[in-house]
Amino acid sequence: MHVPDTLRYTGTHEWVRREPDGTLSVGITDHAQDVLGELVFVEFPAVGRQVLGGDACAVVESVKAAADVYAPLAGEIVAANEALKQAPGQVNKDPYGAWLFRLKPAREAELSQLLDAAAYKKSFA
Amino acid sequence: MNRTPLHAEHLAAGAKLVQFAGWEMPLHYGSQIEEHHAVRGDAGVFDVSHRLALDVEGEGARAFLSRALANDVRRLRQPGNALYSCLLAEDGGILDDLIAYRLDEARFRLVVNAATADSDLAWLERQRSGTLQLRPRRDLAMLAVQGPHAREKFALALPELRAAAEPLEAFCGAGHDGAFVSRTGYTGEEGLELMLPAAHAVDAWQRLLAAGVRPCGLGARDTLRLEAGLLLYGQDMDAGVTPLECGLARTVDPASPRDFLGKQALLSRPRRFQALGLVLETQGGLMRAHQAVRSSRGEGMVTSGGFSPTLQASIALARLPPESRPGERVRVAVRDKLLDARIVRPPFVRHGRILV
Repeated sequence: MHVPDTLRYTGTHEWVRREPDGTLSVGITDHAQDVLGELVFVEFPAVGRQVLGGDACAVVESVKAAADVYAPLAGEIVAANEALKQAPGQVNKDPYGAWLFRLKPAREAELSQLLDAAAYKKSFA
Repeated sequence: MNRTPLHAEHLAAGAKLVQFAGWEMPLHYGSQIEEHHAVRGDAGVFDVSHRLALDVEGEGARAFLSRALANDVRRLRQPGNALYSCLLAEDGGILDDLIAYRLDEARFRLVVNAATADSDLAWLERQRSGTLQLRPRRDLAMLAVQGPHAREKFALALPELRAAAEPLEAFCGAGHDGAFVSRTGYTGEEGLELMLPAAHAVDAWQRLLAAGVRPCGLGARDTLRLEAGLLLYGQDMDAGVTPLECGLARTVDPASPRDFLGKQALLSRPRRFQALGLVLETQGGLMRAHQAVRSSRGEGMVTSGGFSPTLQASIALARLPPESRPGERVRVAVRDKLLDARIVRPPFVRHGRILV
């Protein structure tokens, strides 16, 4: 499974990318999409919602199962990738391009507490 | 873990394998949704060798099956005829569903589910008497070739079976040189099912693929049968329910003079619910097995649910209060929400067309 070195990860199979504006894009990893199978439904958190790290805030449903997607850190939801509503399978095709939501972290420094690629790989190997 | 004679072929075709009823089987070969569409629009092949063929031979075979099966084997008028039936316990509960074929004048073949094969065999052995023989045919492989172009591609790929396959009417089969081909399936499309000696399975599989038949896994098999409104044993029916509660009344005839196992119970046991289809009318998730259903008539439960690639919506089979009618609205508990769904009479899709 592909695990880019440039991203951060959670133990619950989210990836996190810091954008130039300081917000964090969040998606599910290649491993997560492979285990779930083809996605057919995505539900996003409301923009403006305040979340704590570990809060369930999006849902992905595949041909096989439903799974929660968790906020990697505390902060405010500032965007949702609505384009995925019509094309949830994009998450399977391009898991690291198809972000689900963007989060403005309450404490930016916490990003470094998330797993790096090597640690994430170990977590499910 | 059991493996079918086609295991290496599945790996070569890029299968993602899963454990299913003690067998290692292909779930998909990359995309179960594309496989689903291939069967609705062209042709696909499924390895269904995990099912068990059970030959019933010898004196009294017909009388034995007349008592053991809920459907009437006298409907198998000619060799080659096929019949769908439940196998019932004394209390009317469903032990399995199966296809019974009449092979020749006095020989029958039952094709049963993988998960229940051992218990079916033990159950039938207990009912057996005299010189009758029950012969499990683990020496056979089984392929289902399904889709609007399945029959023509089958004939191109396997010309030696063409003469046997081409004249077949629906729900009929014919033998040829140790193989048996029938115009049956589990997808709601045209197609054929082939039982053949395990040693010939790889060759047949490769020739079907070379003729442009797409390999399809259990994932597509499940969404295709759900759209076709066909029940899955262990999910839509089990030993806790009767055929009358599962929409299978047409496969039993408790009013006939014939005595069969479970008949008395079917006559006396109250019908607690009926099986109907649901189409989700609002966005918000997917219907799945075990979700609760609420309606003005009472409570129900989803027995099979998921995403229909043909309808591009979530569909389900559900147990609903007996008075429920197609066209009525219900609410389904999907995760933390109650979503609106419409009751329909299955099938949802047949021969590529949406019917609901």
